[in-house]
Amino acid sequence: MPAKQALTGAEAIAYAMKQINPDVVAAYPITPQTPVVEYFAKYVADGVVDTEMIPVESEHSAMSACVGAAAAGARAFTATAAVGLALMHEIVYIAASLRLPIVMAVANRALSGPINIHCDHSDAMAERDSGWIQLWAENVQEAYDFTVMAYRIGEHPDVRLPVMINFDGFIISHGVEVLETLDDDVVKSFVGKPIKMYSLLDTEHPVTYGPLDLYDYYFEHKRQQIEAMKHVPKVFKQVAEEFEKISGRKYDLVEEYMTDDAEYIMIALGSTAGTIKHTIKELRAEGKKVGLVKPWVFRPFPKFELQRILNGRKGVIVLDRSASFGAEAPLYEAVKSALYEVAVRPQLGSYVYGLGGRDITPAHIRQAFEDAFKGYLIADEERYLGLRE
Amino acid sequence: MPLNAIELAKLFHDKNPGITPGHRMCPGCAAPNVVKFALMTAIAKGYHPVVGLATGCLEVSTTIFPYTAWNVPYIHNAFENVAATISGVETAFRAAKKRGEIPPDKKLAFFAFAGDGGTYDIGLQSLSGAVERGHKFIYIVYDNEGYMNTGNQRSGATPPGSDTTTAPVGKQIPGKLQLKKNIVEIMAAHENVYVATVAISEPIDFMKKIEKALEFDGPAFIAAHSACVRFWRVNDDKAVESARLAVETLYWPLYEVERGVYRVTKKITNPKPVEEYIRSQGRFRPLLSRPDAKEIIEELQQYVTSRYERLLALEEITKDKPLRGPWAKEDFQTDEHAM
Repeated sequence: MPAKQALTGAEAIAYAMKQINPDVVAAYPITPQTPVVEYFAKYVADGVVDTEMIPVESEHSAMSACVGAAAAGARAFTATAAVGLALMHEIVYIAASLRLPIVMAVANRALSGPINIHCDHSDAMAERDSGWIQLWAENVQEAYDFTVMAYRIGEHPDVRLPVMINFDGFIISHGVEVLETLDDDVVKSFVGKPIKMYSLLDTEHPVTYGPLDLYDYYFEHKRQQIEAMKHVPKVFKQVAEEFEKISGRKYDLVEEYMTDDAEYIMIALGSTAGTIKHTIKELRAEGKKVGLVKPWVFRPFPKFELQRILNGRKGVIVLDRSASFGAEAPLYEAVKSALYEVAVRPQLGSYVYGLGGRDITPAHIRQAFEDAFKGYLIADEERYLGLRE
Repeated sequence: MPLNAIELAKLFHDKNPGITPGHRMCPGCAAPNVVKFALMTAIAKGYHPVVGLATGCLEVSTTIFPYTAWNVPYIHNAFENVAATISGVETAFRAAKKRGEIPPDKKLAFFAFAGDGGTYDIGLQSLSGAVERGHKFIYIVYDNEGYMNTGNQRSGATPPGSDTTTAPVGKQIPGKLQLKKNIVEIMAAHENVYVATVAISEPIDFMKKIEKALEFDGPAFIAAHSACVRFWRVNDDKAVESARLAVETLYWPLYEVERGVYRVTKKITNPKPVEEYIRSQGRFRPLLSRPDAKEIIEELQQYVTSRYERLLALEEITKDKPLRGPWAKEDFQTDEHAM
């Protein structure tokens, strides 16, 4: 029977991993990710799982060990945040290029400098072209659900790509919420056994991982990665459909909230979607036709879904929790690019908010919507919410 | 049981020792021999080798896609992380064994090969971490004393006076000023480790040490003298000879450290002057034309002499004093009690 539990996001992810019982976990402590591996280490120490844990000496080695383990056919997991993810950067790309379905939870935190431990999305955005599937959770429930779904998506033979589960640092990682967890055996049979391909432990069939790949083949291999990413929407939907059967919870590439008749739509990733939903309810009570689109999947980018939903709306407001210095903010840039191809382009506005954990309130969200109501959205103007100028 | 050379020859006369001919290493390079001695030993002792490589000459020259010179499982990840990578492979092996996915009697030997750049410098953290954690693997550095894959740049392993492109022997500065970092002692200081130096001119000593490393219940680190004929500016038939001279001049003493217990495996009673080693290689030629060459060679001579005396002293005082023993085995060896 599904059970209601009050857990932090970090504990919920560790709990899902306990149910999955992966072969190898390699991780290094970093705020605000640390509790994920602390909870998991306790499961290992208590013999609740029989996972082999590698308490590495850096995030770079965490990802390196995951690459080695996954190439040896193991289900490998790690978790990190911010500068830890940045330290891994080189190997994050290699993991994807070797087509190793590693799962990594990222407690999104601002990149240094200056050093800051609180939530923003600069860490994950720096990896958006690394070839990883990026899932974004709004709350503890979604963080748990995505962890249960991740290996099924990444290990699918048409995909074979690593999966990053983003959950906002502190807000989700340390916030306690009530969620519904599934039974151990339900998760176990849903996740199933890993499909071992080209294992380094198969000494009868030796393979070479990571050869030197020059101008005569590299390009074709990159093209294969592009192709693998294209299979993700189909596979994600299949896995989500099966997940709905065991959980009753429905996932898609994007979540739509009150969009049916909405004239103005806001787009945001992660926990801020909760605050936006709250504000939308208030604005709806005032007769405003407003809605939210929240990408659950950011890589691959759900372009067709956004085109379908946003075509012909009056105004679209994109909220970014990271900046791109000298260019448009990453989510905004992607949405704007998608809208180039629609028949009736809405007015567009870019709002950067919440850097380094700066709080975002319903008043800020209302302020952005008010700009839209006034027809005061300017496509090439970046605005800031909650900033002292 | 020491390996028998004749039996080895019989075993490998029609069989590749994991690395096959046809790779693109320079003719005369020592590194492929380092690999062969290691893998032959493992295969002869009934192990299936699994190999990790750091970025470097050996890696780029043996795996140019779509070709590979390796007929054993092989992984290259990046430059600085071969130890962490192979630690992941080795852990996956233990996980699979624990879950009954691999026959309990199947013996795998995990090797990591890296150059000195990937070991002394950029890969030191990854190596230290993996050895500290106690993974069962054998790390072998083929030490050619510089970044030879990128064209002879200075590394922490480059000796003083060697002409490199980033510490060239100039009009003012006589090339690299510092002595080699003592990687062997750094690794020995991890205590729960078997550490040894080897040279391809001493194959029996080399393979005995690999055998010991295979049987050691913890990580092993092997430093192999490995001439780069190209940038040491020696003829391509001189790799073995330069290794021999390195041993005979005490430039490359052959010894081992097993959990703190030192053993000099080849005693040199009448060492040749280190100058002979220096004069045999073109990389030192620019140094030799400098007025301060004598001083620099003298400093090196004093260093190698005193280091050897110190090794003999350590052998004497550590012989019955292991730093760690069976009473302090790392957690990996006590897995059977955990579950």
